[in-house]
Amino acid sequence: MTSSEILFDSPADPVVEGPVLQVEDLQVSFPSEAGRVHAVRGLSYEVSPGEVLGIVGESGSGKSVSSLAVMGLLPPSARISGSIKFQGRELIGRSDAELSKIRGRRISMVFQDPLSALTPVYTVGDQIAEAILVHRKGSVSKAAAAKRAAELLDLVGIPNAAERAKAFPHEFSGGMRQRAVIAMAIANDPDLIIADEPTTALDVTVQAQVLQLLETAQEVTGAGIVIITHDLGVVAGFADRLMVMYAGRAVETGKVDDIYSQPRMPYTLGLLGSIPRLDVGEKQALVPITGQPPSLTDLPPGCPFAPRCPMVVDACHTAEPPLINVDGSAEHHAACIRTGEIAATDTEGAEAAAEIFGAEVVEAAEIAKVPREERRVVLGLDALVKEYPVNKGVVFKRRVGTVHAVDGITFDIREGETLGLVGESGCGKTTTLMEILGLEKPMGGEISVLGTNVSELDAKRRKAIRRDMSVVFQDPMASLDPRLTIHDVIAEPMQVHGYGKDEINRRVPELMRLVGLRPEQLSRYPGEFSGGQRQRIGIARALALEPKLVVLDEPVSALDVSIQAGVINLLEELKSSLGLAYLFVAHDLSVVRHIADRVAVMYLGKIVEIGDVDSVFEAPRHPYTQALLSAIPIPDPAKERQRERILLTGDLPSPANPPSGCRFRTRCFLHASLPPEKQRTCIELEPPREVQALDHEAACHFAQIRQVL
Amino acid sequence: MAGFLLRRLVNYVVLALVATFLAFTLASVTFDPIGVLEQRKPPPPAATIEAKRKDLHLDQPIPQRFVTWMSGVVRGDFGHTITERPITDELGRRVGVSLRLFLLGITLGIGFGVLLGVVSAIRQYKFSDYFATLFSFVLLSTPVFVLGNLLKIGAQDINDAVGTNVLLFVGETTPNFQGTWFEHLWDRLQHLIVPTLTIALGQIAYYSRYQRSSMLDVLGSDFLRTAQAKGLTRRQALFKHGLRTALIPMATLFAFGFGLLVVGGTFTERIFNWFGMGHWLIEGISTQDTNVTATVTLFVAVCVLFSGWLADVLYAALDPRIRVN
Repeated sequence: MTSSEILFDSPADPVVEGPVLQVEDLQVSFPSEAGRVHAVRGLSYEVSPGEVLGIVGESGSGKSVSSLAVMGLLPPSARISGSIKFQGRELIGRSDAELSKIRGRRISMVFQDPLSALTPVYTVGDQIAEAILVHRKGSVSKAAAAKRAAELLDLVGIPNAAERAKAFPHEFSGGMRQRAVIAMAIANDPDLIIADEPTTALDVTVQAQVLQLLETAQEVTGAGIVIITHDLGVVAGFADRLMVMYAGRAVETGKVDDIYSQPRMPYTLGLLGSIPRLDVGEKQALVPITGQPPSLTDLPPGCPFAPRCPMVVDACHTAEPPLINVDGSAEHHAACIRTGEIAATDTEGAEAAAEIFGAEVVEAAEIAKVPREERRVVLGLDALVKEYPVNKGVVFKRRVGTVHAVDGITFDIREGETLGLVGESGCGKTTTLMEILGLEKPMGGEISVLGTNVSELDAKRRKAIRRDMSVVFQDPMASLDPRLTIHDVIAEPMQVHGYGKDEINRRVPELMRLVGLRPEQLSRYPGEFSGGQRQRIGIARALALEPKLVVLDEPVSALDVSIQAGVINLLEELKSSLGLAYLFVAHDLSVVRHIADRVAVMYLGKIVEIGDVDSVFEAPRHPYTQALLSAIPIPDPAKERQRERILLTGDLPSPANPPSGCRFRTRCFLHASLPPEKQRTCIELEPPREVQALDHEAACHFAQIRQVL
Repeated sequence: MAGFLLRRLVNYVVLALVATFLAFTLASVTFDPIGVLEQRKPPPPAATIEAKRKDLHLDQPIPQRFVTWMSGVVRGDFGHTITERPITDELGRRVGVSLRLFLLGITLGIGFGVLLGVVSAIRQYKFSDYFATLFSFVLLSTPVFVLGNLLKIGAQDINDAVGTNVLLFVGETTPNFQGTWFEHLWDRLQHLIVPTLTIALGQIAYYSRYQRSSMLDVLGSDFLRTAQAKGLTRRQALFKHGLRTALIPMATLFAFGFGLLVVGGTFTERIFNWFGMGHWLIEGISTQDTNVTATVTLFVAVCVLFSGWLADVLYAALDPRIRVN
């Protein structure tokens, strides 16, 4: 058998007509201390050959559980009923041995976190080869499988595939590992690929690459694809049909265009309205879906979304609404008794959501009306440098190189202003933050806070100046001490700075109200709060000392979209009412576009483009900014299909050994298209930051506007 | 990697030297062999005592005594016991006796300990898990001398039931045994079973607890799910992907466990009258014999450090992530 036959063999069984996967009234429940958790409650769907079905929902909506049920990978404690038919054959009730013949052969799966999805102790090549060998024992030799593994790695775009197949997972970046997992998934030419949040943990540029790869995988294998995500943007351009899940059930299904343009269930509306849009210039009202998904142990009768629904009426509480046809289409279903009324409104999509959910655009602060030049500089960085030594040797350490983590960056933030700092992971964003928060004398350059140069500070003044600056961290689970009550968490900064007891007891409840939480909950512990609420607590703590500047390190990236919208709105309100300045570090450019006034794009320790957010997003000058922007999916299927993606090749080069001249040139599409003499300029000369327009600078020798939205 | 292991080895030689020096010094300071001699009734003549003092180099300062002894050790001569027998002659036999017991005990201990831990983890909160937990805790809380004696009684019962002495538990071989090499082997084996079991049972209990928890960490991991998604059955995934990864944190435990066993094996040797190294150490201390004490300490140090070195090798073999430079 030749290697190409392995990939594109004709299936032994005749191709069954009809859908590849047919799920009928699927129910999954788990035992828990609080009672049985009904994670999936009567789910039905089907996937046709070659079709892409997107499953969308918040965490806990049952989307992953239902797919694991298809794979037969649920823990033994799960109770499953209903029917899962794969190519007409029932899967429920089959033994592990029987299912393992189908898993990886006919149905394969791509998981969420590529960092932990591969076994650390075997080479990537071996693990891919194993996927082939386990199904073809005897017919394929080990050597042939290894060769095939290298070919598959090449197919998924790993350069030097034969060489890299011998590498271990830890030697691969996150994006490369996800490629390897996809290579594994397509190794046996499956008929169905289930991708469970395949891009969630990845950078936007890598996300675009992986989505592209999944499309390729589908073309190569002709498989049906189920893509699970919480991000409506990701599936807009990729999926054919969509199923929105809530509390273990489908609440809306239909063609992707129908659902995006005419959502007919308030939850879908809310999801659509909660996404900040990259392609919307004017301030957009973000829809927060208040509350939390219901507990699935003991659901009250009626619509499970009712407690969070703005359109709720008494009738909603009597019975759970079934999926019904809407808009006279047999393909579009929604589970809402008032779907007719939604259809009757004049507005559609996100606008309708804003109207129904009553979301409003947050007013700009008073201070923001003053021209920028006249406002005070809150934070100034001038040619900031931070380097780390690279050491070798165990007993005798010797320096063998330097990581240029931050290599001369300059920007300032003025009163009442938000600067978004964006870039891929590893570009130096976090290092910059840590340098600012450390308030120590930098290795090179200057940091000044409210006009004071931090290298001149003594210990006492440094402490005093810390009051003017606070931070909110990315992970709300890890950034609150689980053994302190909320009161103590919020009071701690004030205690450190010597506030009186009365003052603290007065301010803590005030801060709770400020971030939209109830002061009665102060005696509780962080564990009793949801992610969004914890992030609000983190914000309350940051505001305790009435700072002028709040540094936000990816404050919403760990939150579900619907929760994210609420936190973004809160940040905007606080900024407006308290006149705060934000340094907002994020990798999600849509969020930055929504919240920031100015944006700085970082690449390998340098700022490549900086300026007014509208100017940078609408007329990006630097190829890297253009690539980043084009990688962000827009939740609009029609627009998304027409967009031309700039795909960056490969990963970020090592900051220990950055390319000469322009650091971006190794991945730059513009550089690649230039004649050799112009390319030489990129290789030899480092491009200076030059003014491109009013409040807009970029560092590219051949800067030109390219519209990418 | 080879360079790294070689450097480690050199470090270990220095450490072994330091450990032995400390033991030698401590023994020299506290032991008083001349005092023992002087208290004999009738007291030996002064000339004899003086000759003994000279013979034991007690007229020299301790560091010099150590250097004298050590330079002998380097040439393969470990000096004399207090009763004038050359240590070197006995050393080989005693090391052989101890290692035979310990190596077999720990191999069985690790093998069955890992197996029990894995089974326990896979069947968490099932009967077999509870049973394994109970078994481990009972054994871990039983002192070796109690366990050894209980096993002796049990062995005697078995012998009585069978009607002939199948299991022997005094000494490592029958004195003055005559027979073919096969009969010799069988005789040694009969002596080996009960003492080995004494050591192995404790080791099984110990390792199974650690293996259980490290396996539980791996059971929920994503890569195990990936392996199953590829088409491996749960069992295949567990043993090929799970166990290998779960063994990594065990490497250090295995290696140093062996080092400590050599020390702890003293009891077992005493209970079963095996004239091994542990037995010798106690003998050396009770006869105030510095050379024997230092020799046994050196042996233990070498065992511990070799085990540490083995841990490094094991780590490198199991975990590619540390296999750099």
